[in-house]
Amino acid sequence: MRFLIVILALWVAPLSLAAEQVVAALSQNRISITANFDGSEILVFGAIKRTEAVPENSALDVIVTVTGPRKLETILRKARRFGIWVNVETERLGHAPSFYSVAATRPVEDIVASKTDSLWKITADAQILSARRGLAAREALLRIRTDNGLYRRANAGVVLTENTLFNTSIALPANLVEGDYITRILLVRDGAVLDDYSTAINVQKVGIERWLYNLAHNNALLYGLLSLVLAALAGWGASEAFRILRR
Amino acid sequence: MQIFLPIAEVSVNAFVLLGLGGLVGILSGMFGVGGGFLITPLLFFVGIPPAVAVATSANQIVASSVSGVLAHFKRKTVDLRMGSVLLIGGLIGSAIGMQIFNMLKALGQVDLLVTLCYVVFLGIIGALMLVESLRALRRAKGRVGKARERTKHTWVHNLPFKMKFRASGLYISVIPPIVVGILVGMLGAIMGVGGGFIMVPAMIYILGMPTKVVIGTSLFQIIFVTSFNTMLHAYTNHTVDMMLAMILLVGGVVGAQIGTQIGLKLKAEQLRIMLALLVLIVCLKLGLDLLIRPSELYSIGVI
Repeated sequence: MRFLIVILALWVAPLSLAAEQVVAALSQNRISITANFDGSEILVFGAIKRTEAVPENSALDVIVTVTGPRKLETILRKARRFGIWVNVETERLGHAPSFYSVAATRPVEDIVASKTDSLWKITADAQILSARRGLAAREALLRIRTDNGLYRRANAGVVLTENTLFNTSIALPANLVEGDYITRILLVRDGAVLDDYSTAINVQKVGIERWLYNLAHNNALLYGLLSLVLAALAGWGASEAFRILRR
Repeated sequence: MQIFLPIAEVSVNAFVLLGLGGLVGILSGMFGVGGGFLITPLLFFVGIPPAVAVATSANQIVASSVSGVLAHFKRKTVDLRMGSVLLIGGLIGSAIGMQIFNMLKALGQVDLLVTLCYVVFLGIIGALMLVESLRALRRAKGRVGKARERTKHTWVHNLPFKMKFRASGLYISVIPPIVVGILVGMLGAIMGVGGGFIMVPAMIYILGMPTKVVIGTSLFQIIFVTSFNTMLHAYTNHTVDMMLAMILLVGGVVGAQIGTQIGLKLKAEQLRIMLALLVLIVCLKLGLDLLIRPSELYSIGVI
């Protein structure tokens, strides 16, 4: 028991004693996927709270990351068999985020050492299944998601004013997966992480999107029948409408 | 205008989908084909996951076939009895096809299966159609050659379980229509097509049905088989996207009417040559994708 208290104290102590802390807010904590959803832009802004004067001659940086819901991924590899290109190998990879974005005041490599990067999992390379680094399928996942704009980075995406106020905007693409998007803000001074703050953005389908999705999954029989009835009605309606028009 | 599809879970331009539906509608109006064989690959190109594309085009074909069959019912050019026999085969085939589809989906090979089916069938049908219509065009120019007499007795007439099909004026065994139905049903489940482009030639050349009842009867069969396919996809895979189907439908309905008008102004042989070329182009595009080394050898599995 005493052991636990000591650990807890050691863990809490640096936080409460930190001379600089992040205070942040998001422009929205919830994104609704409606029928005409076309991506969204989240504004992250905040300030640095201090109990002491600003240290001289030292670099202050802010890093903002957004992580989409994680899922087990299947990576397929193609090879030539009998003259045609077919999938010959499947590799299951542990839970990789569907979306990952890093924005910082400078390139992350200039802000922190690679050791700090792997400890805090800041860059996509450190965040995404870093334990399996070197595996071709893992590199492919990283490459494909980067090419599709799902893993992105903005090297000068965060604007820091007077060493106190910061803001950034994060563009979320149109093909979002539902779930919680964890937004993390790291305060870094001279390459050391002083404070971090995280909050979730909830992304959910609403309205007709929600209704259709739920019906299709929870009541598949009814959904199938409904789509058939609608199709039959549309077909009949069309032939009637054009018969009247032609007369 | 972007629209988010609830089941496919992708955001696509609604006008692109409307245009796509319209284009396929124009073609189906011009040539009297369902257009399923075109809409499924085109949906792949727009970025709809293959499983959703196949399931949703089945749903869309139900609508266009209902629209088409009503006109044939009015003209009494539907052989209900033959249609029902073909339908029994179709339902069996569709159930088998769905098993194959789901098995290969689990193995990650469904794209290959679908593409191979397309390349093979579009290649055969396109080539046959091109040769046939070029020959017809030459005949029409030369005004020689005799009208083709339908063979009165083939192996088809020697099979057991004979049945009378009054509307078609046939007295044949039920085995060939059931086999044709099974084949078409399987293709429908795997490729997301109605299968008219295979059934129509089979009805004329194998079953010996008169041309005037062929289209109506095949549409009648297609309605029920694709409905069954839609239900199977909706129930087992949850991949029917109602919103996508509705948008394609609106475009398709308008396009079909325009296509019919264009079709009236062109000669039958020209139409068939154009359709044959179109089929071959789609076949070639899909075939090249299999033959050329892809720029990215890896892909992320969907669902």
